[in-house]
Amino acid sequence: MIRDVEKRNKNYNAYVEQVTPKASCLKNCIKAFITGGAICLFGQILIELFKNAGMAKDEASLWTTICLVLASNILTGLNIYPLITTWGGAGSLVPITGFANSVAAPAIEYKAEGEVFGIGCKIFTIAGPVILYGIFSSWIAGLLYLLAKLWM
Amino acid sequence: MQKGSQSFKFDIPVYIEQTASVVGEKESEGPLGRMFDVVIKDPMSGKDNWEQAESALQEAVVDKLLMKTSYKKEQIRYILSGDLLGQLIATSFGISKYEIPHFGIYGACSTFGEALSLGALIISAGAADRLICMASSHFASAEKQFRFPLEYGNQRPKASTWTVTGSGAAVITNERQPVAITGITTGKIIDYGVKDSMNMGACMAPAAADLIVANFKDFDTDEKYYDRIITGDLGTVGREILINLVKEKGYDISQIHMDCGIEIFDPQKQGTHAGGSGCGCSAVVFSSYIIDNVRDGKWKRILFIPTGALLSTVSYNEGQSVPGIAHGVIVEHV
Amino acid sequence: MVFVKAFVIGGLICAAVQILMEKTKLMPGRIMVLLVCSGVVLGAVGLYEPILEFAGAGASVPLLGFGNVLWKGIKQAVDESGFLGLFKGGFTACAVGVSSALIFGYISSWIFKPHMKKK
Repeated sequence: MIRDVEKRNKNYNAYVEQVTPKASCLKNCIKAFITGGAICLFGQILIELFKNAGMAKDEASLWTTICLVLASNILTGLNIYPLITTWGGAGSLVPITGFANSVAAPAIEYKAEGEVFGIGCKIFTIAGPVILYGIFSSWIAGLLYLLAKLWM
Repeated sequence: MQKGSQSFKFDIPVYIEQTASVVGEKESEGPLGRMFDVVIKDPMSGKDNWEQAESALQEAVVDKLLMKTSYKKEQIRYILSGDLLGQLIATSFGISKYEIPHFGIYGACSTFGEALSLGALIISAGAADRLICMASSHFASAEKQFRFPLEYGNQRPKASTWTVTGSGAAVITNERQPVAITGITTGKIIDYGVKDSMNMGACMAPAAADLIVANFKDFDTDEKYYDRIITGDLGTVGREILINLVKEKGYDISQIHMDCGIEIFDPQKQGTHAGGSGCGCSAVVFSSYIIDNVRDGKWKRILFIPTGALLSTVSYNEGQSVPGIAHGVIVEHV
Repeated sequence: MVFVKAFVIGGLICAAVQILMEKTKLMPGRIMVLLVCSGVVLGAVGLYEPILEFAGAGASVPLLGFGNVLWKGIKQAVDESGFLGLFKGGFTACAVGVSSALIFGYISSWIFKPHMKKK
């Protein structure tokens, strides 16, 4: 009996897969390419500008990060960033601007639920995992590096 | 009279006296736009947050309904209402000012069908002379609760549906009117193990198919008995699956099937993909387009089936599938 | 030339992630976590630095670059202060990105109101 249900569900899921329309992967990839490329290009322009202003490479790159995050916040607040992602998909999700969008969006949305439990908690709903697992994986990598150093 | 395993036929008829619908701007720009009673252009309805905005829809629809029927609120015995938000907060804060005895109900997007079913049973049992059945949904409050904050960018898959911003309500009564509820078939929770919450049509189609077949069996009839079989919010993907599932059981409903979610939006112009969804979807389409056609006698008998996907973000994150439910209501021109 | 490189490599990374999203139906949150962790790994095995040299912003702006920065930070901290560096490097390295996102995000919540989606 349980077997029958499992079989039915498996068949049904396969059938659903078959009838569900899919977005054109190639078309979406091209859009992601253009969007992501454009954001990176904008980043490169900023880096060059800061370098021309006499900054070292690392410093220029940090200022670029700040500028990109700020730009993303403004576009998020004006409700333009979600439109870019609707068109560009991963193209505007993958760059640092996507990360900034994931922080600003809940901050604006959850303001209604208060400063602490609204904005304070919810600001991390999407970005929190990125910070947690980024820090944790770098901790693991650092630990391995440390052990390797002691071993050698 | 109880029929078959899950249906009821009303020996004492229950009538739909009046309906009202309130929708948001996007819905008013859709193919059915001109049929709705009230359009609230401001998505926030002049309130401070999305939840209150949804409450405002419910408040407005009761207002409109009382105005259309010229009943005073004291003349309404009960109000049966629900929405999609946790603990039904849109309903609680929306209708509290009317001080009408209230049953809060939850059937996900099938809530309006559940309200009509229970309302009709209450009337036929003689427990009330007149009551309101109602449901609402709001794109932004649903998106915030079930998916992402609205400012967060994401790509919606082709099979996804757009939550309707709107609220529909009906006054049902035991006094004779041209539109009657003559029977109901109550759905079972049907789970075919679909886990993709962005493909709700596929999650709910088996429940709708099961209900349609049960309805035919219980009333010992087939698809020819109805002028239209109208599901709630299966969308284009769910519609295709439904027609196939019912065909497997030996009935062809492709000619008479309609879906409120498909009717309410123009996917090309409005970017809604597979169609509309939410409690409000079937409620507003029933309260405008469907009821008009039955009242005019264009459709003599229809089977109205709001469909619901029974998921929460918790069940989804815990890896559960998305079960579906459907509630069938037979509506006739009498 | 640096601009072309940044555009093409940045675009390619995004297109590759788009394919991943279409094929696996992973939610954006998971994708972002995956990218940062992959960036740490690619940095640690020494693959990311050459890409960064070649593509500039094309490799530093995507979240993979964020992971690489975390790795570089922790490596430097471990070199400087040994075991304690494991608990210093990460946050030091991502300080600018995370702080700017949080600070501007919070200020945004004062200025902007939630909007309805049109499409």
